Amino acid sequence: MSSGIDLQGSFIQLLTDSGLPIGVAKTVWIPLPMLIIVAAVTVLALVSTWLERKVSAAAQQRIGPEYMGPFGLLAPAADVIKLLFKENMLPAKTDPWLFAIAPLMVFIPVFLSYLIVPFGQNMVITDLNIGIFLWIALSSIAPVGLLMAGYASNNKYSLLGGLRAAAQSISYEIPLSLSVLAIVMMSNSLSTIDIVNQQSGYGILSWNIWRQPIGFLIFWIAALAECERMPFDLPEAEEELVAGYQTEYGAVKFMLFYAGSYANLVLSALLVAVLYLGGWESPIPVSWLASLIGVSESTPWLQVIAASLGIVMTLFKAYLMIFLAVLLRWTVPRVRIDQLLDLGWKFLLPVSLVNLLLTAALKLSFPVAFGG
Amino acid sequence: MNLADGVQLVSFGILALMMIGAALGVVLLSNIVYSAFLLGLVFISMSGLYILLNAGFVAAAQILIYVGAVSVLILFGIMLVNKREDYVPVPNAWIGTVATASVCAGLFALLSAMVLATPWAISSAVPVGDGAVVVIGKHFFTDFLLPFELASVLLLMALVGAIVLARRDFFPEQTEEDQLVLPERPRELVSGGQK
Repeated sequence: MSSGIDLQGSFIQLLTDSGLPIGVAKTVWIPLPMLIIVAAVTVLALVSTWLERKVSAAAQQRIGPEYMGPFGLLAPAADVIKLLFKENMLPAKTDPWLFAIAPLMVFIPVFLSYLIVPFGQNMVITDLNIGIFLWIALSSIAPVGLLMAGYASNNKYSLLGGLRAAAQSISYEIPLSLSVLAIVMMSNSLSTIDIVNQQSGYGILSWNIWRQPIGFLIFWIAALAECERMPFDLPEAEEELVAGYQTEYGAVKFMLFYAGSYANLVLSALLVAVLYLGGWESPIPVSWLASLIGVSESTPWLQVIAASLGIVMTLFKAYLMIFLAVLLRWTVPRVRIDQLLDLGWKFLLPVSLVNLLLTAALKLSFPVAFGG
Repeated sequence: MNLADGVQLVSFGILALMMIGAALGVVLLSNIVYSAFLLGLVFISMSGLYILLNAGFVAAAQILIYVGAVSVLILFGIMLVNKREDYVPVPNAWIGTVATASVCAGLFALLSAMVLATPWAISSAVPVGDGAVVVIGKHFFTDFLLPFELASVLLLMALVGAIVLARRDFFPEQTEEDQLVLPERPRELVSGGQK
């Protein structure tokens, strides 16, 4: 395995060569990837709102956004500008503090979780040892924010929506964690980098989706429920609850909820790509192609191409999953709340437990294929 | 002092202040919902302290269990109990407050005396840091097996108890008269073929 290009190492090397002490060089480096990721995530979330519009239009045989820029690409920008310039109002008898903090409680954990999403061997903010567990822990903060929004709004629909959202998010966290646990068991590590490296070697054949098909389905269903996407968007069921916990929100605070939900969708899709679809690995391994045309893996231009290909591959896989999610949204009807909880507790939970046991058994009996 | 030590000191100060402030808020605020949310903040500050101690796994577990489960359960409890009672002012309520305050102050004094008097042995072992997951797992399955299993049996008992409390054994039987009927006169169905 080649280590690929190491931007952090080269950047710090450059600064120390020009006479800075190593501590200062590292301090200069730290904010750069964070800023890049925050900007990139915002753009990715905006792109997915545009995709949502275009794909839903295609699903309903409409044209969709057309006049705002080429192919309506500027529609998300128009959304953002509109929401930024709207009056920031506080409905009567709300709790001003909790009302303002709630969107942040939903928004910040999502953006913090991007810490562990890798785009390449060294293209990650931090290769934390607890990796994927950090995401599970951070995503459990969101229900607190939802309950806060529901309580602070002084509106019974908001309160019901907040309670529903929190209940849903708690019940689908368990199958989600259990299916992640099966992957962790196979790769012997919680770190996302190790999980991807364990899937490399034979290109598309070594991806986890072939070894964990049940886990993949459970993960995707549970992730959709966590993001409150269509078959499971009960907290916002408009014919019952107006808009759930978002009812009283407008302007920038609403934008935080909205951006948070799309950033969460992108995050889930990226993690599906990392956990099950081989992360930044391309279907045909780059190293194999390189040896075929007789180029050394440490050639600089090859490393640049491999790194860019890694980013493109991760994003391509993630957006494939988002496309699937949008199609699902416009295809399947919404489930009822009792069906939702039945599905989570009585079906997904036992199935994911069985999947975990099966993985453990297979790991013991076929250590070669299941990471012994 | 280099940069890393300075950052660590400042973060420790901020986290400790946040934790003590939030904990005081939990106790002193009269609005129970605020207390519940501040409890979440206390747990988050504690996980920050764990991160400062290089215990990343414990910090994440703290957030997952205490913020994601315990706080949310408490909030659920508060929001689902729909009991509105007018507050009746109790005569001489200040006696209770003073008694509580003195008991708390005495407890605090006792504990701080104990903390100051005990010769704490500071461990010289190197922190495990990133290998913590493996070490914790090994302990769970060797010398801490019994407490671990006992804790899980306790949780299972709580789970079964919650289900027993929440399930409804009695379902009222639906009789014929109870069924909903539209307030309309029943009409003969007109079939299309008849003249």
